[in-house]
Amino acid sequence: MAAVLESLLREEVSVAAAVRWVARRPQRSEESPGEAAALRALQPLRKDFVPFLLNFLREQSGRVLPQGPPTPAKAPGAAAALPGRPAGPARAGRGARSQLFPAPEPPAAAAAEAPLARRGGRRRGAGPGRERGGRGAPEDGGGGDSPPWAGARRPRGAGSPGSPGRALPDPPNLRNLEEFPPVGSVPPGPAGRTKPSRRINPTPVSEERSLSKPKTCFTSPPISCVPSSQPSALDTSPWGLGLPPGCRSLQEERAMLRKERSKQLQQSPAPTCPLPESGPPLPSRTGSLAAEPADPARVSSRQRLEVVALVYSSCIAENLVPNLFLELYFVLQLLTARRMVAAKDSDVEPSQDSLESPLFQSIHDCVFFAVQVLEHQFQILSYLDKGTLKLLAENERLLCFSPALQGRLRAAYEGSVAKVSLTMPPSAQAVSFQPETDNRANFSSDRAFHTFKKQRDVFYEVLREWEDRHEEPGWDFEKGLGSRIRAMMSQLSAACSHSHFVRLFQKQLLQMCQSPGGAGGPVLGEAPDVLNMLGADKLGRLRRLQERLAAPPSGGGPCPPPTFPGCQGFFKDFILSASSFQFNQHLMDSLSLKIQELNGLPLPQHEPGDEDGESDVDWQGERRQFAVVLLSLRLLAKFLGFVAFLPYRGPEPPQSRELQDSFVALRSQVPPVLDVRALLQQGLQAQRAVLTVPWLVEFLSFADHIVPLLDYYRSVFTLLLHLHRSLVLSWEGEGEMCFLNKLLLLAVLGWLFQIPTVPEDFFFLEECQVDALEVDTATSERGLDSVPVVDQQLLYTCCPYIGELRKLLASWVSGSSGRSGGFVRKITPTTTTGLGAQLPPSSQGLQAQLAQAFFHNQPPSLRRTVEFVAERIGSNCVKHIKATLVADLVRQAESLLQEQRVTQGQEVGDPAQLLEILYSQLCPHGAQALTQGREFCQRKSPGAVRALLPEETPAAVCSRAEAWNQQARVVCARACMFSAAQRALLWGWRPRRPVRGCQPISQR
Amino acid sequence: MILTKAQYDEIAQCLVSVPPTRQSLRKLKQRFPSQSQATLLSIFSQEYQKHIKRTHSKHHTSEAIESYYQRYLNGVVKNGAAPVLLELANEVEYAPSLMARIILERFLQERDETPPSKSVINSMLRDPSQIPDGVLANQVYQCIVNDCCYGPLVDCIKHAIGHEHEILLRDLLLEKNLSFLDEDQLRAKGYDKTPDFILQVPVAVEGHIIHWIESKASFGDECSHHAYLHDQFWSYWNRFGPGLVIYWYGFIQELDCNRERGILLKACFPTDIITLCHSTA
Repeated sequence: MAAVLESLLREEVSVAAAVRWVARRPQRSEESPGEAAALRALQPLRKDFVPFLLNFLREQSGRVLPQGPPTPAKAPGAAAALPGRPAGPARAGRGARSQLFPAPEPPAAAAAEAPLARRGGRRRGAGPGRERGGRGAPEDGGGGDSPPWAGARRPRGAGSPGSPGRALPDPPNLRNLEEFPPVGSVPPGPAGRTKPSRRINPTPVSEERSLSKPKTCFTSPPISCVPSSQPSALDTSPWGLGLPPGCRSLQEERAMLRKERSKQLQQSPAPTCPLPESGPPLPSRTGSLAAEPADPARVSSRQRLEVVALVYSSCIAENLVPNLFLELYFVLQLLTARRMVAAKDSDVEPSQDSLESPLFQSIHDCVFFAVQVLEHQFQILSYLDKGTLKLLAENERLLCFSPALQGRLRAAYEGSVAKVSLTMPPSAQAVSFQPETDNRANFSSDRAFHTFKKQRDVFYEVLREWEDRHEEPGWDFEKGLGSRIRAMMSQLSAACSHSHFVRLFQKQLLQMCQSPGGAGGPVLGEAPDVLNMLGADKLGRLRRLQERLAAPPSGGGPCPPPTFPGCQGFFKDFILSASSFQFNQHLMDSLSLKIQELNGLPLPQHEPGDEDGESDVDWQGERRQFAVVLLSLRLLAKFLGFVAFLPYRGPEPPQSRELQDSFVALRSQVPPVLDVRALLQQGLQAQRAVLTVPWLVEFLSFADHIVPLLDYYRSVFTLLLHLHRSLVLSWEGEGEMCFLNKLLLLAVLGWLFQIPTVPEDFFFLEECQVDALEVDTATSERGLDSVPVVDQQLLYTCCPYIGELRKLLASWVSGSSGRSGGFVRKITPTTTTGLGAQLPPSSQGLQAQLAQAFFHNQPPSLRRTVEFVAERIGSNCVKHIKATLVADLVRQAESLLQEQRVTQGQEVGDPAQLLEILYSQLCPHGAQALTQGREFCQRKSPGAVRALLPEETPAAVCSRAEAWNQQARVVCARACMFSAAQRALLWGWRPRRPVRGCQPISQR
Repeated sequence: MILTKAQYDEIAQCLVSVPPTRQSLRKLKQRFPSQSQATLLSIFSQEYQKHIKRTHSKHHTSEAIESYYQRYLNGVVKNGAAPVLLELANEVEYAPSLMARIILERFLQERDETPPSKSVINSMLRDPSQIPDGVLANQVYQCIVNDCCYGPLVDCIKHAIGHEHEILLRDLLLEKNLSFLDEDQLRAKGYDKTPDFILQVPVAVEGHIIHWIESKASFGDECSHHAYLHDQFWSYWNRFGPGLVIYWYGFIQELDCNRERGILLKACFPTDIITLCHSTA
């Protein structure tokens, strides 16, 4: 694949054309025939380009980030995959995983072997340079039947001195791998051990293993569950046992490769490029690693870096990379790299057309490259949280390399408003008893009724004990509560009350875990501010303090495995301890039903404001409601996935092909627990992907190793893949999905593609059948996707790992290169939230709590009714005010403007100033709107509430509902009024000149 | 009326040494003048019950029963009008009503040659005139009337006090214009656990949300509070959320430790009730 990159570097092919080619978009007419021809020749390799590019960048950075945390997946694997070692089997976790996905071969590949070999060579590349080593010998040489490839490479080969024929001189770092310790590998340390790369040892290419597509290493995040499932014993075990016969050929191949290499070594008299590995030894990690200053003037090969950065950015922009945020993380790592294992500058002979000289020859190169990419990705950056933007804008390297970008970031920071859409109070409340569903009439017998009465109490007793004790060291869920839970389960079974209990369980789950607080997530916005308050020198102290703490909380990296944070842990452990088939079945039934119900909820509930004025108010409510529904769905789907795939979960995929086939045969006749494919298709069709996909991802993240092999789920994955590809962030326009909606989907999908059970190479398969996605969206109404329902808060709540970017940048500020691999694991300022929780509630807060509590114990229909009435009356109120008061104000404003013009003549002053004058004159009238609005609501709502609530509703409840209604609406109406008053002015002004936008109401 | 654990322990210690008579209660009152009579009586009664529980089995061995019965028979033979049974109970430090029950049971067993049913015994204790033996009826009557901690009379008084406080609470709620569902209404609706009152619209007391109120016309000591928590208060919390318990005769301060969790203890009707406002704009 290097051929493509090289063509680019030689400017034979334009970047745009190459990206179009990779993205499989139609060619443009302006492309030169030469370009097209060059690319067409490489057609069969197209799918390999992006993996190659990503691996290439990781490899290059391996020398640059020696002390850094392993760029997801890159470095540590190198140690495990030294060519000198006996060709080990693919390490359990990785290699076996790679068998998962029998990829449909592209029709172009005539011989099945050839592309496989190529893929194998590419993906198997285990260490820096392995990649190219693989390319050099076993593919072209071993495979021998890939003419387009060989053909395309020839020019490059010819261009390289001392590389006759197809045998190219391998880059020095490859050759040196055998003599030198792998420099790029992470030095022994906790980070190195606990974050195994997904980079894998070579997988034998043989008939037997033809399905075992080795994984693309770079997609491999440090997944913390991997180490346990990866017995190190396997690392050392030779192929011996159960080794398919074909493997021998691999060893032979490898032997040949080695021979070939040594030949090449002798043949090439002078290395064409420096030997970075022979540079100075790694700086001691324990010593203080002052960051090397980066200087834009000392960037070695600007043009080459620019081209690569452009290609890379374009791939990111086109969603050709599996995980957008992982790439951003990588780029930020480059930006914040402390120092480089210095390459000898004298040795560098910048050969523009070749990939053989290291891409990053100095820290300057790295930073230059990173800043280039960041410039291209500015749009995404501008949507990151305030803390990240600030850290980026304050980064001195960034300022030094691109003052323009710094300026834009600063502007974005200043313009960024923290929109908090989730103000759900954490409720550790019990599920309220509702006579309609919980009294004796709902049970088959007295005994069942009384058993359930007891079990409800046992459940909460267990929950309370868990709350009290789960943080105690040495406390064990199973030991502490297991027997009580199982006793409870057996009594429920005896009384056939599982469905009642499951309803309770599910409601409690939603109540406790839905709010971000309940999930144990940090409060957004708090963290960066605390760090900022501390300042750089104090951050250093903070780091030292942190180092003293025994177990700093781990952020989990940019791609954490699915977990059950906070209260979710209780429910997960409960399910495990209960180990009751009946319970699980009822739970799955109930979760599926609830998911379908919520997924089908008509959102947005009302048409986006019929006039632009009204929409501001409605969006807040809309967003809030969407967030609640989405978070609930994600939670339910996570548990459904957990329970549904629980019986099949295992640390490792089946080892042999036969076993796997039999599993697949068995499983493919089991109907899916929930028809997620149909739901996904419907969601796409109705343009509701932004609601459906995030929960589906949660569900699939618990899939076992067999799941992706099943036709049903494979088609689901294919759909998701196509969706991912289609979410190009830069496409804007009518009918397009909103930016943050897209970003959320990209983030969750990117995360899903990193889950160990999801086959890695799956992402890079050639186009498969797309028909499923061919959705006739033209006919569908304006769907949820094009409504701005996702805000930054929701994005970060759903994808806390995006916060890793901030942590990385913060660690740069702190000047740390701690043991954890160079980035401070920020001490999460839990105290701030903790203290906040203990503060006595203000009277307003108390009123809100009271309102919350009031609805909590009432049937849900009451809340629905009240909210409906509130929404309608509020909307009518706004319309009424607009028609009366605002219309007057507009007239007044217009006449005032006329006066001003007459008095001032042609010399119209600063429009803004003029507006201010008008505003101050009319503002008092705007206040009138508030009173009018309040009166309107008070007059209208009691009747409406009374008419809609059941006759039997107690008077007190009724009157409170009305009261709450008015209260809520007054707040809302007040917001409308102010905006209405302001808008009155703006309307008056509008005909003459576009005016600075009126502030959204949400900001007041 | 809210006692610290130390204060409570001092009173309880004092009670160990005195017999359960009205005289001792008066002495107790002198010793702790700052405490109300009702609080002391409640503590006194609880401590006595604990004492009886501890010694209960000792009095129920067949030897003990036989010996008490013989002593009773011998006593009434000498003088049927003398308070034989009462004195016997006092002598062996057992509750007179419970002693009466033992003897009555033994008597009926001998007469009918089968152990009598509980309901028969209870009914005879409630109305001693039903007892077929006049002398025994008189003896039982003396025991019940003179027992200040056990027996149908005491139960009746306790029930009346409990009810009285519920009425008191109801009146206070009505006075404060707080709407509620009472126990009977809840039962009619099919609730499986029923606190005294469920507020239809929650209120806040001392910053804590309150959904239900339970009235306890007794002193809240550790033993009774834990039993109540397990059988009632947590069950209420599990169904209706946080609530308020009023121990009209006080409680041990340290027991009020579940406020954050949602069980608030008070020794009187709260004064600073915050209701859901009609309008805050």
